[in-house]
Amino acid sequence: MSGWPILSAVTFLPVLGAVVLALLPRGQAALVRWFAFLVAVATFAVSLLLYAGFDAASAGYQFRERLPWMPSFGISYHLGIDGISLLLVLLTTFLSPLALLSSWRAVEDRVKEFSISMLLLETGMLGVFVSLDLFLFYIFWEAMLIPMYLIIGVWGGPARIYAAIKFILYTLTGSVLMLVAILALYFQHGAATGTYTFDLPTLAGYLVPPGAEVWLFLAFAVAFAIKVPMFPFHTWLPDAHVEAPTAGSVILAGVLLKMGTYGFLRFCLPLFPQASLAFVPWIFLLALVGIVYGAWVSMVQPDLKKLVAYSSVSHLGFVVLGLFTLTPQGIVGGIIQMVNHGLSTGALFLMVGILYERRHTRLIADFGGLWKAIPAFSVLFMIVSLSSLGLPGLNGFVGEFLILVGAFAWAAGPSAAPAAYLVPVLATSGIIFTAVYMLWMYQRVCFGEITSEANRGLADLTRREWAVLLPVLLFIVWIGVYPRPFTGMTEASVQALITQVQAKVAATPGGR
Amino acid sequence: MPGPLVPLLLVAATAALVILLDLLPPRERKGHLAVVALVGVVAALFAALLLWGREGRAFGGMLLLDDFAVFLDVVICYAAALVLLLSIDYLRRNGIERGEYYVLVLLATLGMMLMAQAADLIVIFLALELMSLSLYVLAGFFQARLTSAESSMKYFLLGAFATGFFVYGIALIYGATGTTALDRIAAASGGLQLDPLLLIGFGLLLVGFGFKISSVPFHMWVPDVYEGAPTSVTALIATGSKAAGFAALLRVLFSTFKVNQPDWTLLLLVVAVLTMTLGNVIAIAQSNLKRMLAYSSIAHVGYMLVGVVAGGALGVGSVLFYLLVYTFTTVGAFGAILLLERGRQEAVELDDYAGLAARHPLLSLVLALFLLSLVGMPPTAGFAGKFYLFGAAVRSGYIWLAIIAVLNSAVAAYYYLRVVVYMYMREAEGAPTGPAPSFAGGLALAVALWGVFQLGVMPAPVLDLAQAAVAPLLR
Repeated sequence: MSGWPILSAVTFLPVLGAVVLALLPRGQAALVRWFAFLVAVATFAVSLLLYAGFDAASAGYQFRERLPWMPSFGISYHLGIDGISLLLVLLTTFLSPLALLSSWRAVEDRVKEFSISMLLLETGMLGVFVSLDLFLFYIFWEAMLIPMYLIIGVWGGPARIYAAIKFILYTLTGSVLMLVAILALYFQHGAATGTYTFDLPTLAGYLVPPGAEVWLFLAFAVAFAIKVPMFPFHTWLPDAHVEAPTAGSVILAGVLLKMGTYGFLRFCLPLFPQASLAFVPWIFLLALVGIVYGAWVSMVQPDLKKLVAYSSVSHLGFVVLGLFTLTPQGIVGGIIQMVNHGLSTGALFLMVGILYERRHTRLIADFGGLWKAIPAFSVLFMIVSLSSLGLPGLNGFVGEFLILVGAFAWAAGPSAAPAAYLVPVLATSGIIFTAVYMLWMYQRVCFGEITSEANRGLADLTRREWAVLLPVLLFIVWIGVYPRPFTGMTEASVQALITQVQAKVAATPGGR
Repeated sequence: MPGPLVPLLLVAATAALVILLDLLPPRERKGHLAVVALVGVVAALFAALLLWGREGRAFGGMLLLDDFAVFLDVVICYAAALVLLLSIDYLRRNGIERGEYYVLVLLATLGMMLMAQAADLIVIFLALELMSLSLYVLAGFFQARLTSAESSMKYFLLGAFATGFFVYGIALIYGATGTTALDRIAAASGGLQLDPLLLIGFGLLLVGFGFKISSVPFHMWVPDVYEGAPTSVTALIATGSKAAGFAALLRVLFSTFKVNQPDWTLLLLVVAVLTMTLGNVIAIAQSNLKRMLAYSSIAHVGYMLVGVVAGGALGVGSVLFYLLVYTFTTVGAFGAILLLERGRQEAVELDDYAGLAARHPLLSLVLALFLLSLVGMPPTAGFAGKFYLFGAAVRSGYIWLAIIAVLNSAVAAYYYLRVVVYMYMREAEGAPTGPAPSFAGGLALAVALWGVFQLGVMPAPVLDLAQAAVAPLLR
């Protein structure tokens, strides 16, 4: 471990950039854009040090930093990452500069405020992934809502205000309940052990009494389920996505939704293992409904962005399914699928944004035959679509395959009933539906004759757009062909998590 | 022994000085009086701080200065100082620049501080009257405006009625115990806890306090008074008088009627739930910003009552902490509203805020930050305050109360953020707003903003002080 606080640097570099941005003169749009972009790139560069210095063989938290903050309350500034959060931190720092770059032309109004919001948002998201103190975590979790709210509400589409308010009310309602649960856990732990602390590793070692555990689990789970979003808490997502500007959609789909699944993995499973296991059937039910329902609804969407938004509901259902199988394959697959979804769906939103900037419409019916008009775009769009539907050789396949392996392993496990095989079988059907709506959408947009004269003169990808898309494509192929550098980072931590959960369940009086 | 009187004397002397200075020229400009008043209030603030940790009594024990009183004196002085800063420009622009205004603000402040330092029901009553009468006049300071006269009249009539209840309560308590000194009532009520006379008297006291802190069902006056009064006075009523009301209420509850804690806890639990829910739900329907903040202030009283219900050093300490947070945030929010004018009229309708961010970027940002603190978003002070209040409730086992409270905060987010929506997400309509904030107004907002972030990022030291401050009450 090196001497200087890399995690703090990564987390707070964007805020620092935002402060400097705020001091820059108004009206210098180009300067503001470049500066914000460079700050985000610098953040990514520093975060690469995390990857380079990360010890994949060690399961514990690394790059830890710990300073007392409010000692009388047991609140500390405690940061650290393990294999579970490393990839998500990298995903965040990777997508943020691309999102900024993608809005070069799309955001003309109040560029400075937009860039500041994006940078504050980045810090909020990173803080969520690196916090090891529940209080600190909650601060980041809440603080991040405001920049996203502004991004949707100020720079969004026609119904942006409705979407922004809906987004914030949904997520706020979930998270305030989580706050009560955090407090209850804190006092429960304090009363039982004598140490009052919000420290996650300490709390994870504590067995919550079963009666309280269920309620605490539910409070956390609802907050995360809204964020993921799991069926039936998903209705804010299509509105938010459709109205958000492209950069907002990319970050929303790429990173924000992962905070929910990350929360399940980081908090629900280790803190409340017994309750988590007890609720597995219900979570699987909701995940399966999400997978199938999300796919069906995607099929009938006339709007490209809405289609991609609903496909997120379906994909995130897979992730949740993988995590709660509590098998190494399922969880590693779930983590990889979080990254994959961030890349593929992020790229889909970027490309829909590119189309929208040219045609100012997102309706599938307005396109057709793009293959002839803008071939380079169409090729990339095809690769991204295929990655999203899980074509072997591209990233989506790796994650979905591991999740399904995990689901079958779970169904074959001792705790599952024979009917448990329905879970992986139904989930697999979701893959087929995904193929249906993705390919059908692609066919209607790109194949056939050019149906609308307006599409004939479309300009193909610019150099800036290539620069945005190529890095994403690189990783889409890389993870698809050789996922080892990514999965390898997570395995030790995942194994440790499973061991910890099982040990806690075994130690629970009356546990399985 | 004058020690405990120093802060009070400073404010009183300043008030007398301002009356004298008012007679001297210049006759048109009264800004210098505000500066004198401000110096007096700030001096009182520091005097109070210097007396921290030194408990003293005066006038045969009728007045006392313990850490609890010091903390509230500081809160009240902050509120008064910020209001004075905001007033200078505001009075001038509205053509009501007169020396009496500053005198009355000082006298109201004196009354509030007396309430915090009172150790006898009679003194509480006198302090209450001093504060209230000054505020009644201040509320009607816009002589030419009907709404201001209505505000003053309503505040006076209902306030006088509530004071009647209060006096009657004192009389009954005196009848039951033979004393009006808070500590001797406590000693006498040890064996009398079921004495109907005492309980009725206590209930009538609670009615009077309920009116002053504007808890349901004694909140009816709040929206009209807040709307009609000059905005600077509204800020003072919303923060200082509430802090003073809580000061006396907490003292009476925890040091005098400790034996009855189970009874009044149940009562206040119901009141807390009703107060925050009603305040928040009705605030949603408001389109006038001052009325909206009036209902939201009712809701915030509900949150603070959660801390009272929770009790203990953490519960009561977090009420004090929240009073400080609330003072900075609310004075800041009213201050930002007060600095905005539209065609020589106050801009208080939501529509006046459409597209404000384009015209007044800095002021909009500041107002947005105060609103976020009222929502309770980290890292602002509002979050820290709510965190402690609701944490205290959870610790004392009132989980359901905490859940109702946090859901209320989520409801509140809707109407606070709606102002942000208007400022940032709508296009401007009509004429541009008036002049940019003056130096004094800007200074007031800067201090309030500093408070909001200082208490938001580093709340622990002040909370520790607040918890230490309630120790004299709880022993």
